Amino acid sequence: MSATANPLISTGRRARRRKLTGQIMEVLATAAALVAAAALAIVIITVAKRALPALNTDFFTQNAAPFGASGGGIKNAIVGTLIITGIATAIALPAGVLLAVFNTEFAPRRLADLISLTLNVLSGVPTIVIGVFIFALVVVGRGQSAFAGSLGLSIVMLPLVARASEEVLLQVPSHLREGGMALGATRARTVLTVILPTAVGGIVTATIVAVARAAGETAPLLFTTSIFVGTTVTTDPSHAMASIPMVIFTYSEQPDPHAQQQAWAAALVLVAIVLVASIVGRLLSLRTRRQIEQVR
Amino acid sequence: MSTVSDPEKRIHDDASAAGTPPGAADAVQSQSHVKLGELAAKHTPLPEEQREPVLRLDGVTVSYSGAPAVCDVTMDVFRYQVTAFIGPSGCGKTTLLRSLNRMNDLITGATVDGSITYHGHDLYASNVDPVEVRRRIGMVFQRPNPFPKSIFDNVAFGLRLHGMKDNLDERVETALSKAALWDEVKDRLHKSALALSGGQQQRLCIARALAIEPEVVLMDEPASALDPIATQRIEDLVGELKRDYTIVIVTHNMQQAARVADMTAFFSVDVKDGGHRNGVLVEFAPTADLFIRPADSRTEAYVTGRFG
Repeated sequence: MSATANPLISTGRRARRRKLTGQIMEVLATAAALVAAAALAIVIITVAKRALPALNTDFFTQNAAPFGASGGGIKNAIVGTLIITGIATAIALPAGVLLAVFNTEFAPRRLADLISLTLNVLSGVPTIVIGVFIFALVVVGRGQSAFAGSLGLSIVMLPLVARASEEVLLQVPSHLREGGMALGATRARTVLTVILPTAVGGIVTATIVAVARAAGETAPLLFTTSIFVGTTVTTDPSHAMASIPMVIFTYSEQPDPHAQQQAWAAALVLVAIVLVASIVGRLLSLRTRRQIEQVR
Repeated sequence: MSTVSDPEKRIHDDASAAGTPPGAADAVQSQSHVKLGELAAKHTPLPEEQREPVLRLDGVTVSYSGAPAVCDVTMDVFRYQVTAFIGPSGCGKTTLLRSLNRMNDLITGATVDGSITYHGHDLYASNVDPVEVRRRIGMVFQRPNPFPKSIFDNVAFGLRLHGMKDNLDERVETALSKAALWDEVKDRLHKSALALSGGQQQRLCIARALAIEPEVVLMDEPASALDPIATQRIEDLVGELKRDYTIVIVTHNMQQAARVADMTAFFSVDVKDGGHRNGVLVEFAPTADLFIRPADSRTEAYVTGRFG
């Protein structure tokens, strides 16, 4: 090496290889990210392209057309999905939040770990299994009902709500707990009046994400609220009720091109709901994080 | 935890480096032995026969999962006096403080041996309700920890909790006035407490503790996360509060102890065979005596800056 060589510039084979490895990794990682983004874009574009011809106000304001007839919309299915996921949320939200509270505030460490593991497994259970389970438990002998569908969806939602709430509760700094206790509040009282209000934003976010997920689930509804749904708006959860995922499922299987187009349109509505909910959830969670950082 | 405490330390060090407070720093302790004595001599503790113990500690050992953190402490906390716990890091002064209102109950594995009595009643008797203990013996923490609620709701929190809901507005005002915060916040009582400055937040936490009319207020390094001016205000406040309250204050700042405390307990770290370290009470005396005529060589070494 000559005396004038810059010691900060590496030369030689090893340096070249190191540089090349770095560049290859960067390209691969970027490509992977692009593939993920492209997959979403392709799904949305494909669905939108096929759905647009069927999308009009009638699609949202009319009930399903009788079998074989053209026209009609999915008003009854939209109402059905709202009711079914609404009931599911009413079950999963309190249960999930209480579970998270128990896990973070009351459970001994090992029990908490066990419960976390259980929730992880539960969130990995295929939804078709949940559907069959609810079918055997509730539907057999009683018949299908929107309520049975809600029960199935609530099992899908429970681990999502519980795990996400748990994470938010853990972020609430412990000095707030101590502050409550030092004023003579019991543990439960501190949770109710200090911890939960601080974490509420994060819990709402978790719920929105879980609702978005549940709204699109088909398998739990297939066994529980899919037949005799009728073509008018029904609000009685003790009977089977139409829902957007089931519309997509049944219409897409029909040979009628009009029905297939309606299936695409319903799919677009579903994707839009999930997308909007995810974005709202994301924005809210950023806000919550800032709020919690303030009290840290 | 360490990530939390580091910035505080930095703030404290910055405050020390700025040098503005009349000795809010440990840094100047080497030549300050005499000065500490002067500061301490400014207030006269009650003569021995007039001291009335509120809390009596007898052979108190606090352990975490069986490992003692502070051992065999015997001392009294006297009514309407400010008692300071000083000593190097790890000497168990905060641990001991937290055992005085059963805050250590919240830490799994923490146990208290020996006896701590409050007006003769065992704090740790099985039928004692820790909630009642904490209502009578309040606590202010190292870092201001206002709830993410309005200023009013922060102070009203304990009042509502304990059913002291008559004259709620009046009680809140009284507490904020006692904490020397009322004038600064009276026009924005229903704004978020988090918008207050650190010093104001800490005074809010003091107001919150005072609102439920405790007899004793425990303060765990209440000014260590604050700037020098806010520190001064807290110290002034402590001086005023002792007319109505009994105060125990933990500080690693000897100047602060000399300025505010009537009685001072000096703790040190004992290293046992096998390397286990635990805190011990070395000396407990009127502050002026402790700084001017320390009875124990370890105290002398510490207050003259030769150690710690």
